Amino acid sequence: MTAPLPISLEVNGERVEAYVLPRINLADFLREHLKLTGTHVGCEHGVCGACTVRLNGEIVRSCLMLAVQANEAVVETIEGLSDSGEISDLQAAFRERNALQCGYCTPAMLITAQDLLQREAEPGREQIREHLSGNYCRCTGYQAIVDAVEATAKARKSRAP
Amino acid sequence: MKASAFSYARATSIANAIELLEEHGERAKVLSGGQSLMPAMNLRLLAPELIVDIGALDELRGIVRQNGVLAIGALTRHVDLQNSPLIAAHAPLLKEAIAHVAHPAIRNRGTIGGSLAHADPASELPACVIALDATIVVRGPAGERRIAAEDFFLGIYETALSTEELLVAVEVPLPPSNAAHYFCEFARRHGDYAIVGLAAQAVVDTQKLGDFRPAFFGVGDKAVHVKMPALLNTDVTPKVLSGALQALGDALDPPEDQQASGAMRCHLSKVLLARCVAALLSRPDLSTWEPA
Repeated sequence: MTAPLPISLEVNGERVEAYVLPRINLADFLREHLKLTGTHVGCEHGVCGACTVRLNGEIVRSCLMLAVQANEAVVETIEGLSDSGEISDLQAAFRERNALQCGYCTPAMLITAQDLLQREAEPGREQIREHLSGNYCRCTGYQAIVDAVEATAKARKSRAP
Repeated sequence: MKASAFSYARATSIANAIELLEEHGERAKVLSGGQSLMPAMNLRLLAPELIVDIGALDELRGIVRQNGVLAIGALTRHVDLQNSPLIAAHAPLLKEAIAHVAHPAIRNRGTIGGSLAHADPASELPACVIALDATIVVRGPAGERRIAAEDFFLGIYETALSTEELLVAVEVPLPPSNAAHYFCEFARRHGDYAIVGLAAQAVVDTQKLGDFRPAFFGVGDKAVHVKMPALLNTDVTPKVLSGALQALGDALDPPEDQQASGAMRCHLSKVLLARCVAALLSRPDLSTWEPA
């Protein structure tokens, strides 16, 4: 039973069928098998948040899930969110405010921030900090990241009908 | 690091999961939300030969009110507890505590059954179910067992579950209308494991505490219910409270680690208890207790 198992899932809108070893986690499956390397692997035990992806619409740690557990699931990675244009304004705000330096945490930071912005139209800075508290950034000191998320929330609110 | 190689079985029913556990014993581990098991496997602290994935057993999911209890299925996730109107109405302690458990992405996968079966002495939910006087329902080859939460936790990562048993549900008694709860923890950063925490429930009647169940976590090898007879059904004066805090100090013998010394944990436990009693009785004057 340690042999590869068949899985079928949707990744960024495309159906993916594959055989994977049970021990392969979702992050490694996305990176190594599907070459979607925007999902980063940091600590591999759920602390740093760099591997955050969307699973069935909710953010999860892809290093704390087996690829076989994603069978029949809908997975969205930073490549999907970026290509669809869903977070282009948030990405622009990150650039404008220097909310990234090395960029290692950025994909997951964007996905986690977008998760908050989808449920809260105008989150306060404390709320932003709390929602991002599971995503480590070792470059920016977070101030600029919180600025970028806050600015995006305000801009979206002013655009809303 | 990455997990070592293992076999994987997706349980098709509760009975099937128990069969697999019975067949493989200590070589098998149950995978629920995986938010404690996967880190332990990635760090190679655990290397099971077989993973029994119960994630597809929908009968283990959900919260229902029945026969004077809230029955919470083992696969109910932290985020489900946080958003449930039933939990908010009848077990608000759980809702409050969940906000302190890790981070949103973890709470979207982690389950109550997984957290309780993992039995980390610094985690929030074991203390909460003890404070709520909940019953843990487990099923094995010999049938169902119902274990009082207080008797379920035996030590670090150790519970009354045998290797062939599956935790299926938690039953929380519906509290009386004059019940009150308290939850607070000290952690260096939001979402970290607590240095010390306290979950408590009590009945408050004419400014007196009844059925007071304070459960401390992070103070030893398991969450611990410290009985406080001196505080029950009496006017809590600063002197009465001082006596209770002294008794608490005598009852606890917290460990030292890189986060805090035993003495610091003991001190923080007393601070929490004083604040807890002050909050439950709406007596802010009691929270200003200073150690002698």
